[in-house]
Amino acid sequence: MRNILLVLKREYMVRVKKKSFLIMTFLAPLLFVGFYATVIWVAVGSVESKNVQVLDQSGLFTGQFQNSKTINFQYLNMSLDSAKASLKATKSTALVYIPENVMDNPKNVKIYAPKNVSLELQSDIEKTIEKQIENIKLTEAGITRRVLEDSRINVDSQTISLSEEGEKSSSSGAATAIGGICAFLIYISVFVYGTQVMRGVTEEKTSRIVEVIISSVKPFQLMMGKIIGVALVGLTQFVLWILLTVALTSAAGAMLGDQFPKDPKQIEQQFNDLNKNMPASALKANSGPQNPVSEVLSAVNSLNLPLIISCFLFYFLGGYLLYSALFGAVGAAVDNDADTQQFMLPITLPIIFSFVFAQFVLRDPDGSLAFWTSIIPFTSPIIMMVRIPFGVPAWQIALSMVLLVLGFMGTTWLAARIYRIGILMYGKKVSYKELAKWVFYRG
Amino acid sequence: MNILETHHIVKEYANHRALDDVSISIPKGSIFGLLGPNGAGKTSLIRIINQITGPDSGHVLFDGKPLSENHIRHIGYLPEERGLYKKMKVGDQLLYLAQLKGLSEKQAMEKLKSWFIKFDIKTWWDKNVSDLSKGMQQKVQFVSTVLHEPDLIILDEPFSGFDPINANLIRDEILELRQKGSTVIFSTHRMETVEELCDYIALINRSKKVLDGPKKQIKEQFKTNTYFVEYTGMLNGLVEQYAVRSSREIEPGYHRADIQLPEGINSNQLLRDLISQVEVRAFGENIPTMNDVFVRAVNEVPEA
Repeated sequence: MRNILLVLKREYMVRVKKKSFLIMTFLAPLLFVGFYATVIWVAVGSVESKNVQVLDQSGLFTGQFQNSKTINFQYLNMSLDSAKASLKATKSTALVYIPENVMDNPKNVKIYAPKNVSLELQSDIEKTIEKQIENIKLTEAGITRRVLEDSRINVDSQTISLSEEGEKSSSSGAATAIGGICAFLIYISVFVYGTQVMRGVTEEKTSRIVEVIISSVKPFQLMMGKIIGVALVGLTQFVLWILLTVALTSAAGAMLGDQFPKDPKQIEQQFNDLNKNMPASALKANSGPQNPVSEVLSAVNSLNLPLIISCFLFYFLGGYLLYSALFGAVGAAVDNDADTQQFMLPITLPIIFSFVFAQFVLRDPDGSLAFWTSIIPFTSPIIMMVRIPFGVPAWQIALSMVLLVLGFMGTTWLAARIYRIGILMYGKKVSYKELAKWVFYRG
Repeated sequence: MNILETHHIVKEYANHRALDDVSISIPKGSIFGLLGPNGAGKTSLIRIINQITGPDSGHVLFDGKPLSENHIRHIGYLPEERGLYKKMKVGDQLLYLAQLKGLSEKQAMEKLKSWFIKFDIKTWWDKNVSDLSKGMQQKVQFVSTVLHEPDLIILDEPFSGFDPINANLIRDEILELRQKGSTVIFSTHRMETVEELCDYIALINRSKKVLDGPKKQIKEQFKTNTYFVEYTGMLNGLVEQYAVRSSREIEPGYHRADIQLPEGINSNQLLRDLISQVEVRAFGENIPTMNDVFVRAVNEVPEA
């Protein structure tokens, strides 16, 4: 035990003192906050207003295009050729040409622009024209828009999850977001820190210090010390990231506070603008009659955060331990970093697969794919974290956790068998057959 | 009293037997030469003594007790392939290695200080190992091997990579450690080192122990009972009684001959006979060098 602690301490100190660790630890939150600050600044900040000229020869659309904060419509009354000619001089973004026979031939609508028109603007214009044509046709058929609107009923559902504690309002949007983020973090950290373990092992092997070390320490102790040391480096980094990000965001929030618009309607507008760039799932969380910020907060609060955080730590550690032992074994089996590729594939495949499965599980967190992949130890660290924010029966979590513990005990045993032989083996290209022999080799 | 005994050690690897029934005894306080050609099995034996691997059969006694984990801190090992953490400071590294051998940080610090003064390497403490020359790294590694004052020091080719001055420095340290009561195992195929330092030897060839015992006794075994004589004049009547193995003229009129003594005749008789015929300038017994012993012992074993 003393030896494991000594090894652990060295592995930890060496890595934490590295420049790259310090840079990553302090730079990442800055980049993160900087990125969001930029996004918000862009969204809040003034968007250039555009002038769009409308040449309506059908006379049906005059006054139908709504001026918005960013787009200003002007109606022209001249020939198409002269309108085209004057487009450049007026510095307008685009010229919308609506021909006389638009009712019969809607495809003849044309948008002229010196530069390409944004998709957003194009679809805005198309929608307005479609709506107007629809109105006219409805009128012709004797239906007024009013009748039509009355027939539409807006259903705004709230998802309520039923549990022993009674009903509580939940948000599948927030659950999706949290599940996705957790899965991604575990995915990345298993790779990053697993590779660090592997590098550490090959470094000891190539520098030949390993023979000195294992004349004092059992190979298993050396391996465990290294794995746990790197895990603590990972945890340190996470904790520092969280603390720094929180500190930076609150500092940035305090500074930007004055510039934020106070009117809740304006905030809503900006959030909706932002949401256009977000996946539909995230959008659901925010749309609604209430102030979206408070709704997000209440949605997040509705999730069982202590459970999620403790499960995240458990699955991060479990997944990391399971895979880093294997990474360590690969490091021991080869002579240098370049040779690791051939053994990496079977280890990286399940990790990548679980990340791919995670996308499906997000859509159907209670399906049979979700169930099985969250039970099997090789995929459970990522998949279970996707499911937990949606609520998972306790027995499934317990089963998955027990299997994960058994799983990493198994991989650690396997890795240790390969490791103890591999670290003393030089100058030999190792095959899978050879590795299998090592596992059953006594001594 | 033997500090280490191995009894009938057998170690097999996938396609060959690395050690075949190897039994050696290493007396306390000796400098023990473990000899053998490359690939004979020396490193396998050393790894078993260091508990890096275990024997397939046979057992090892350390100080009369079966070898166990407790003995690790009483052994210091300098492997042939030297290595240190390249990106670690010399001081931190030595502290770490000493603690792995069971010293507390404080003890290690005290001992390190005296070694750094002794070797005059105080300025190295904060340097990265990769900034040191190869010879300097070897010195650091030597310190790491003996820092915890082990009872048994195992040195695998300790002088390779040292310039003559540093080699002498290390040799003196080894002798001093022996003086203080440590036992030293040398694994080497450099016979001049063995000649100079070892009291006992064991020779391993093709996985088997071929020879072992006190160096003097082994040399005795390998004596051919020949004497050399340097003389002026002509050797004539000797030929009937003695076999002259070789004879050559070193300078004009000055000869050297190797003469084998037959059973029952001692060197005084030979000398008397020589004096009656020639003018003897020098006379002595041909003692085999370790080199001779090594070459003969290795060649005597028939190819498997």
